[in-house]
Amino acid sequence: MVSARGLTKRFGSSEAVAGIDFSIRRGEVFGFLGPNGAGKTSTMRMIACMSPASEGTLRVRGLDPSRDGPTIRAGLGVVPQQDTLDMELTVLDNLLVYGRYFDLSRRVVRERAERLLDFAQLSERAGSRVDDLSGGMRRRLTIARALISSPELVILDEPTTGLDPQARHLVWERLYRLRQEGVTLIVTTHYMDEAEQLCDRLVVMDKGTIVGEGSPRELVDKHVSREVLEVRLGEGGHERLAGDVRGRVERVEVLADRVCCYGDNGDEMLALVHGLGYQPENTLVRRGSLEDVFLRLTGRSLVE
Amino acid sequence: MMGRPLWVRALGSWGFRYRRTWRGSVATSFAFPVLYLAALGVGLGGLVNRHLASQPGRPGLTALGGVTYLVFVAPGVLVGSAMQIATSESTFPVMGAIKWQRLYEAMLATPLRTGDVLAGHLCYIASRLALASGAFLAVAAAFGAVHSPEAVVALPVGILTGMAFSTPMVAYAATQETIVGFSVVERLVIVPLFLFSGSFFPIAQLPGALQLVAELTPLYHGVALARACMLGHLVTLSSLGHAGYLLALVAVGAWAASRTYRARLAS
Repeated sequence: MVSARGLTKRFGSSEAVAGIDFSIRRGEVFGFLGPNGAGKTSTMRMIACMSPASEGTLRVRGLDPSRDGPTIRAGLGVVPQQDTLDMELTVLDNLLVYGRYFDLSRRVVRERAERLLDFAQLSERAGSRVDDLSGGMRRRLTIARALISSPELVILDEPTTGLDPQARHLVWERLYRLRQEGVTLIVTTHYMDEAEQLCDRLVVMDKGTIVGEGSPRELVDKHVSREVLEVRLGEGGHERLAGDVRGRVERVEVLADRVCCYGDNGDEMLALVHGLGYQPENTLVRRGSLEDVFLRLTGRSLVE
Repeated sequence: MMGRPLWVRALGSWGFRYRRTWRGSVATSFAFPVLYLAALGVGLGGLVNRHLASQPGRPGLTALGGVTYLVFVAPGVLVGSAMQIATSESTFPVMGAIKWQRLYEAMLATPLRTGDVLAGHLCYIASRLALASGAFLAVAAAFGAVHSPEAVVALPVGILTGMAFSTPMVAYAATQETIVGFSVVERLVIVPLFLFSGSFFPIAQLPGALQLVAELTPLYHGVALARACMLGHLVTLSSLGHAGYLLALVAVGAWAASRTYRARLAS
């Protein structure tokens, strides 16, 4: 569906995307996971043919964005990071105006708009001004709007950033339904739970490069142990604890406010910490996650 | 791409949005010339006509080209207001479409390209100018300020003059981060041009050097051309010169805008 070789984006002397390779298959949910400034949005804009690549080759639905932008975009839905809804128009009118950019007849746009409002659970708000909608409703409207051309590929740049948990779950549920209908989804996110919930495969991006690639499970299996023990000590001592357990667990990381110990069995690691005489303020045993993958691959946390 | 041209789709969205405000806009388009022609043409004009008629040697209305002040001032206000409408439509709405509502970005995620977005917006501005100029002409005719069938050509002249300001202004607006520059342009360019480009008095009244400056401004050429239409001596070589000047400005502005739009929107 999308393939890139050596894809690069420069702004002046700074390199936002530094020669990345990836390929996205039809029907999958593909994620770009990384912190702010990793180059995710620049990559999305290139795939959406809204920004020319500085170097490298990119093919979207078999076409070249530098030549076939309008044709590619005709079959593409874009959910930008910042909503671009028309605040003065009603919910329904936003869909009607947008559909006309794709040269759909008024009748077709109206039919689809009604179906999409239902899909986005906004039917009752069809006549409301966008200004009066909550953040979650606006996001769902933006997603509905991106679907007006019945695209086979939808690009979502941070679809749930800034939404409360309930609103996020509703968006995820709708995106899951799209996937079941066979739509290919490309999602950027800096939330590891979003990546884990949604993505069939993903790449981990940092400073314009791809540092890891695979399914969420593969990435965790490859880069992180099965279980993780997080330890918070009352006052300092994190470095000393790390020194004491190093070599006796698979791996240990010291973060600003806690120590993470990686191994197959969290409870055994906890027993070890207690056995060394530490009295942690609190501890947590959990499964390895994409957060740990990111930490492992970049030495930093995903959300600072 | 098959189907409607892409820029027409961009124009269509401006039209769609205009549907919400068209009543107020149309009413203003008629009210504005009524106010101006009543105050200047009839009110002030009455005094001017009487004064000129009572001069020693009775030069009559020759200073105004042999017509009453109402007839003299009407084409000047027509293009002067076209300039003002064009300028305001080419500044804040452009900023809004780039930064506030991000309307352009929404369009660019569809098949439209930056050139289509620009062309659609410019055509919308031209339509607004057509409406304003048409309304002005109708009101001017009702006031008895139209003396020739050639006056209908003043409508495209209003559009042309407006666009000569619009295309450079959208090019400029697309480079701005704040609206501060817009009020500077308004105060330092638009208002002086409106007052001193021959709309309200013949530029022969200005001191010699300033006459030359006035003749270099685009509004002067718009005023001269519109006045030629309204008085029925359109077909002259100087009309060709005026039109050529304005067309060149439209073209240069459109070229500049296509560059600033691409730099701003497709980086």
